[in-house]
Amino acid sequence: MVRNFPPDFVVRVDKEACINCLRCTRECPFGVHEYDKEKKKWKRHHEKCVACLRCAYMCPTQAISIERSPMEYSPHPVWTNKVRKDIKTQAETGSVILTAMGNELPYLNYFDHLVLDACQVTNPSIDPLREPMELRTYLGRKPEKVDLEEYDGVELKTKIAPNLKLETPIMFAHMSYGSISIEAQLSMARAAKEVGTYMGTGEGGMHRDLYPYADHIITQVASGRFAVHEEYLKRGAAIEIKIGQGAKPGIGGHLPGTKVTAEISETRMIPEGSDAISPAPHHDIYSIEDLSRLIYALKEATRYRKPVFVKIAAVHNVAPIAVGIIRAGADAVVLDGFRGGTGAAPQVHRDHHGIPIEAAIASVDQRLREEGIRHWGSIIASGGIRSSADVAKAIALGADAVYIGTAALIALGCTVCKKCYTGKCPWGIATQVPELRKRLNPDEGARRAANLLKAWSHELKEILGALGLNSIESLRGNRDRLRGVGLSDVDLEVLGVKPAGR
Amino acid sequence: MCGLGGIFNREGKRIAGNDIITMARMMRDRYDGRGGGFAGYGIYPKYAEYYALHLFFRDEEAKEATEEYLKDRVAIIKDEEVPMRSVKEIPKENIVWRYFVEVPHKFRSRKDYLAQEEDYIIDTVFTINDEIDGAFVASSGKNMGVFKATGMPDDVAKMYRVEKYKAYCWITHGRFPTNTPGWWGGAHPFNLLDWSVVHNGEISSYGTNRRYLEAHGYKCRLLTDTEVVAYLFDLLVRRQGLSIRTAAIALTPPFWKHIDKMPEPKRSIYTALRMTYAPAMLNGPFAIIVANRDTMVGLNDRIKLRPLIAAKSGEFVYIASEEAAIREIQPELEKLWAPRAGNPVIARLHDDVREEVIH
Amino acid sequence: MKFSESNLRGDSMAATLEKARVSREGEFVVIDAKGMHYRELNELIVRVIEEGAKKLKLINVNGQRFIADGLRGDYYIEIYGVAGDDLAAFANGPTIVVYGDVQDGAGNTMNAGKIIVHGNGTDIIGHSMRGGKIFVRGHVGYRVGIHMKEYREQVPVLVIGGTAGDFLGEYMAGGRIIILGLERLETYPEIVGDWLATGIHGGAIYLRDTIEEDKLGYGAKFEELTDEDYAFLRREIEEFCSYFGGNAEEIMKAKFTKVVPLSHRPFAAMYSDSKEAGH
Repeated sequence: MVRNFPPDFVVRVDKEACINCLRCTRECPFGVHEYDKEKKKWKRHHEKCVACLRCAYMCPTQAISIERSPMEYSPHPVWTNKVRKDIKTQAETGSVILTAMGNELPYLNYFDHLVLDACQVTNPSIDPLREPMELRTYLGRKPEKVDLEEYDGVELKTKIAPNLKLETPIMFAHMSYGSISIEAQLSMARAAKEVGTYMGTGEGGMHRDLYPYADHIITQVASGRFAVHEEYLKRGAAIEIKIGQGAKPGIGGHLPGTKVTAEISETRMIPEGSDAISPAPHHDIYSIEDLSRLIYALKEATRYRKPVFVKIAAVHNVAPIAVGIIRAGADAVVLDGFRGGTGAAPQVHRDHHGIPIEAAIASVDQRLREEGIRHWGSIIASGGIRSSADVAKAIALGADAVYIGTAALIALGCTVCKKCYTGKCPWGIATQVPELRKRLNPDEGARRAANLLKAWSHELKEILGALGLNSIESLRGNRDRLRGVGLSDVDLEVLGVKPAGR
Repeated sequence: MCGLGGIFNREGKRIAGNDIITMARMMRDRYDGRGGGFAGYGIYPKYAEYYALHLFFRDEEAKEATEEYLKDRVAIIKDEEVPMRSVKEIPKENIVWRYFVEVPHKFRSRKDYLAQEEDYIIDTVFTINDEIDGAFVASSGKNMGVFKATGMPDDVAKMYRVEKYKAYCWITHGRFPTNTPGWWGGAHPFNLLDWSVVHNGEISSYGTNRRYLEAHGYKCRLLTDTEVVAYLFDLLVRRQGLSIRTAAIALTPPFWKHIDKMPEPKRSIYTALRMTYAPAMLNGPFAIIVANRDTMVGLNDRIKLRPLIAAKSGEFVYIASEEAAIREIQPELEKLWAPRAGNPVIARLHDDVREEVIH
Repeated sequence: MKFSESNLRGDSMAATLEKARVSREGEFVVIDAKGMHYRELNELIVRVIEEGAKKLKLINVNGQRFIADGLRGDYYIEIYGVAGDDLAAFANGPTIVVYGDVQDGAGNTMNAGKIIVHGNGTDIIGHSMRGGKIFVRGHVGYRVGIHMKEYREQVPVLVIGGTAGDFLGEYMAGGRIIILGLERLETYPEIVGDWLATGIHGGAIYLRDTIEEDKLGYGAKFEELTDEDYAFLRREIEEFCSYFGGNAEEIMKAKFTKVVPLSHRPFAAMYSDSKEAGH
């Protein structure tokens, strides 16, 4: 039985343009292009094509086009092509369907139903190109009030907990070394340092090439405790305990032993060739007070010099869970919505578990305020943040900052072909294969990643300007500047937003 | 667009309301008639130790319901209708009544008394505004009162006979409302306890400020952005004990590019204030005058999008949206200047007037 | 809008003139503006000019707005008191001397003419000016000279004897601003505020002092002064002194700083679409 039938894509080559350079055979890691030198015949294995577009991109004469295959099953709205293919695959293999990247099902995207206000007459817009516009954001615990002793001079008596200082409210999400290449991580680390923000190590530890950028890196303590060593904890700017992620809430992770190369072994501090398993729960956290214990263990180990964040997937009870996390001593709660990306996850988890980040931000922000503890920790949101507009809306709903994962990878070259778990990323991003890694030059990657942050930061300033604000803190939680279009009354209530026209 | 005015006598000498009415009238081109008001401090010397509650009642039912409620909260020492004239430009929408009250001992031991008497009064005010239909508390301070309605300030002054009161601090406002329909409660000044605020502009951070205040127990029910200014001063200055200068740093902080260049310890102080009070920061174009029993403060937004002028002549301090409004009542001035954006001009009783240099 | 119609009851001009205290003083027509609404005052100014007045004296002015707005011709008007907002906005030729302060917007979009202020000014003085000159003896406020322009031979000039606040010359597209800093403010003694010339893409600003580079806004840079610059400064300062006194020679002795645009299209590289980026 042929796998992937009918194929998703077909490769079309303009024979007149093709100069037979055979470059496509070298560029495609999936084995689509095959040239028989003796018979001088091409064989294109359409069923292997994932539409990464690498060959089309690299073809010197632009002779290649990748198109959706016109061949389809007889149409049926319930038994779609994909549903039929998935069932057939499972009948063939008896296994769980694996996939990558974020949720593909057409659930409502709240961001696309929220619109931003603009100033007209009664309040002037501010021009960010010429007038001051401030995006600086501090993540961490803030005091309730500031005590000053005013005599001749003034003395600050309130001690402020350690905070991260960001020059823009956008950070690079945690993507582990192992799921992505060191070149990809270096690109983001350099860009984070240049722009004045942070990137996350993910659960794979901090590769030594990243040490020069450690001040701009947040280390992660995940359930597998890979690389969690006191030096690692002390080296980064902050620590993030990962309880879950939006793409696969409630389950752990697995890096097969074949992928645990020498470098990965060294960075994760596990034996080479051995599987790297991240259990579903942290096996020392079975209840909220256990989480509090881990938070304080980390704070003690680093002498209270670093903020400790806790990341959870956005799930149904996210508001009380987040309150618990903040009361447990976390300096920020990271909410990863159900559109969050991943290098590998079972499709059923990726597409059916978790809730949208917009609803999560709104309910967590509201609940923390109701309890009078909103200032105890920051809210960082992630999961399908695609543009500066999404960033602005997330902040208006109540987030302090966002993490971007998929968007950052797209900036580095990713075309979202969703085959990260194969380790054959044609762009050198989600791979450890040396020949593929060479395709990503960290200098170029850093330039592109920094460009993305700068462009979005600039757009954020334009957005603030249109809202008549010259500082991001005045947008935080300011739901009044949003309106819903085409949302139900209940959706509006959950988001705390009025419908357009009111 | 709106116009603001304030007169403050640094020695506490009380003057009749005529001058403040003149100031208001001078800026009439800034108003559209949908709101005008005055606040005077020192107007009830005989009842100076009682809270003077000024209430609007839509009808007798509202008045009765409120009095029922008040009887169980405070002791009413004296109450009467606020003397008014009928003015054809202002249809009489409300009965305006004043109550001089105190919190008797027997109530102080109650569990809902709250730690401070002032919070108890605030709670009383919020309850009336929130729960008693048709009743609204226009002011709740001691030895002061707010007189406001939907109309041009001079007509409002005529209606309330403002010229007959004497105060050592007067503030006034004429409105050109942009966001909310005109109703008596929506006119300025906004008041809570001894704090009164008049405001020109729009607070674009209102949604953020409001949610911060609500988490601290303030109820923002007046449908207008200005109320957050009064509550922010109450929270920062009265409850948290910040000086007015420090509160101004929190509300109109210097830009990060300036904070980054400050020497220590100033830099840590300003950073701490900005980090802590981020949700209190006021954004948008504004000029405000805030008054209290011993202070009058004028403040602009950080990039000075609204006009504000301050002046001094002997014991008198003047603040207004336009110089001409000040010159009309005092042509000879010792000093007249436009304060820098974000710097509060603070006039205090038995003290001098100063522009505090924050920016 | 707030104009009290009752002041213009009785249609005849004579009736109005009687009510409105107009008199003659040599070659001047004097109008006592005390208590007059700006509608009334400006109507009166227009009428006396139509009747042939070339020189006017307005006394007891206090806050009346829009005086001489849109006035075309080289009339000479003296104002005693505080001139209200938007003095000589859109004006095209008159000379206005104010013995007192001006409020916001004096010279707004002025095309030609001159304003001489023997006091201080507040915000947006000379906003969008296209021609003519404004001399202020004292200080001015925020966004002064914002979006000043030049057009053919018209080059507007703004000369300030004291200091200016933030955003001086914002978006300047042409024209010249000179700040002399002869007096300084107590609470902020610097010659100008922040974001100086932010968005400038034409024209030049001269400061009679040196300033830190971080006071410059986007698109502005320092430039050395040329002999032409000094000659220009000298002419303008001499004119300044002719109105307000002072010694031009002495004033010229200080060190001047010149601020000009980096380019005429400072933001050309800011925008792109996916086609330009090659994707």
